[in-house]
Amino acid sequence: MVIKQQAQAGTFESSDMLVLVEPVSEGTGRVIELHSPVMVQFGKSIKEEINNALDEYEIKDVRLICNDKGALSATISARVETAIRRALQIQDGVLPS
Amino acid sequence: MKNVLGRDIPEYIEGIGKLEPFQGAWTKLKKGWMDEPAVAIATKAKLPHENKLCESLEEAIIKANPVNGMTISFHHHLREGDDVIVKCISILSNLGINSITLASSSLTTAHDGLVPYIQDGTITRIYSSGIREKLGKAISKGILDIPVIIQSHGGRARAIRTGKIKIDLAIISASAADCEGNATGAVGKSAFGSIGYSMVDVEHAMQSIIVTDNLVDYPCIPISIAQNFVDYVVKVDSIGDPSKIASGTTRITKSPMDLRIAQLAANVIEHSGYFQNNFSFQVGAGGATLAVAKFIRDKMKKKNITGSFMLGGITSYCVDMLNENLFKALFDVQSFDAAVSSSLLNNKNHIEVPSTLYANPFNCGCLTNKLDIVVLGVLEIDVDFNVNVITSSEGYITGASGGHSDTASGAKLAVAVCPSFRGRIPIIKKRVNTIVTPGESIDVLVTERGICVNPNNKDLELRLRKAGLNIRDIHDLEIEVDGITGIPEKIQFTDKIVGIVEYRDGTIIDVIRQVKE
Repeated sequence: MVIKQQAQAGTFESSDMLVLVEPVSEGTGRVIELHSPVMVQFGKSIKEEINNALDEYEIKDVRLICNDKGALSATISARVETAIRRALQIQDGVLPS
Repeated sequence: MKNVLGRDIPEYIEGIGKLEPFQGAWTKLKKGWMDEPAVAIATKAKLPHENKLCESLEEAIIKANPVNGMTISFHHHLREGDDVIVKCISILSNLGINSITLASSSLTTAHDGLVPYIQDGTITRIYSSGIREKLGKAISKGILDIPVIIQSHGGRARAIRTGKIKIDLAIISASAADCEGNATGAVGKSAFGSIGYSMVDVEHAMQSIIVTDNLVDYPCIPISIAQNFVDYVVKVDSIGDPSKIASGTTRITKSPMDLRIAQLAANVIEHSGYFQNNFSFQVGAGGATLAVAKFIRDKMKKKNITGSFMLGGITSYCVDMLNENLFKALFDVQSFDAAVSSSLLNNKNHIEVPSTLYANPFNCGCLTNKLDIVVLGVLEIDVDFNVNVITSSEGYITGASGGHSDTASGAKLAVAVCPSFRGRIPIIKKRVNTIVTPGESIDVLVTERGICVNPNNKDLELRLRKAGLNIRDIHDLEIEVDGITGIPEKIQFTDKIVGIVEYRDGTIIDVIRQVKE
């Protein structure tokens, strides 16, 4: 699917992740910027969790900025999914921009 | 060679010498008479009415005749506000002195400024209880050729008494002092309370300098450090930032997680069999540990129990409990907040104690040996109950040994408290990064997800089960927590040893290796 607009989900609180989604031109691929205090221990698995969420919505081209504060795996998946759905304009309960 | 905990310890390290492997908390001490001789106190004489006062810190240091390779000691009672250690090292560096051994009772974030002096060879060795932030990271990355030696507070006192640390010059900050060098930390604008870590330094140092920002008319009262151990006195504008040295009163945490753990820990203590009249008690100043005191205070009042003494790092919370007659005495080796100083000064049952009396294992009995209950925080704990309080989950030196192993070994009931994970990092491990306190000294671990009793202590487990507490096998809890957080990647280390963790008796309990970048 193709990202339509900027969107975000999550907070910058402990054990959460703030996810920002931006559309990019076709063919750019997935540009993922990840900041995390547990990069050394969990960097790989966080990226995997993010990519899994992107796979689910078949997102090819996107820019993601993820500010992690030690979120657990389920939190990461939920935040990324919500941010993507908002960016795809398919999330219910979102105020029109 | 391997020590009794299976840790690989080299037999010899260049610049340090032969290492003795850790054999168990009491194996060495059981002998009673120790092989290590005590070093003599320096024999000196002064003529009457000589002047010890110096115009500047620099003059005092020059008078002490500094030489390359000397050992200089400091205390860390000024905590994050300390302005003296880095200043003294910069003066020595300007005088062209190098290869200094820095022996501070601990080092804090105030000492990040030491990094350049390690890089340029002014400092080549470090003894400390703790090392943090930039300095810890730099050392973990291998900035020093000779590994740092991490000691407990009791272990440091032992090392000074036995000459393992041979202090050439002790530089002691005091918040009040007189012209002869009688000094204290209990009064003045920079008051920091007990000066307990310095007493052993001045007794065994070849020379000592008292640095104060508050020169008082003779005599300085109280006399925490006595003039017969002091060579020079210098007045400076400031020994540090008073707001960072000690401010206000330490408050109980509001974190619901810490409060929950503290409440569970208090329940453990209540039903442990040791919560009875005349019990002695120590808690740290950290989040969940101090909060245990709050719940114990309530339980003592409710059950009409009064204790014997509180020990250790003293907070205003301990002072409140003394004032409510819940305990007979406070033994104070280090005060954690400003409100403590006035109590130390005015309450005769609030007693300043030297680190030798507090925790030195090589004497006829330190206060930690008399402890009933201690509550201790941890950075990591493993399924064998070994505790790490010195290296972070990324492998960097970032904490402090403090009195952890001293109190854990002495107490009848050592309670470790921690959340089961912090920001996705599991705290319960199969094997901790670095062992500071051996598992044999820890009786029970309290987390928000359950209470784990050391299998060595079956009676305790039985009593806690009877009280209906949620007792878990530590192996099960470890697996459960890994399931929540995921299993963190292993930290990569090189073979280079950057730190040695000395157990309180001088044997080596673990080594810290360089973090691979």
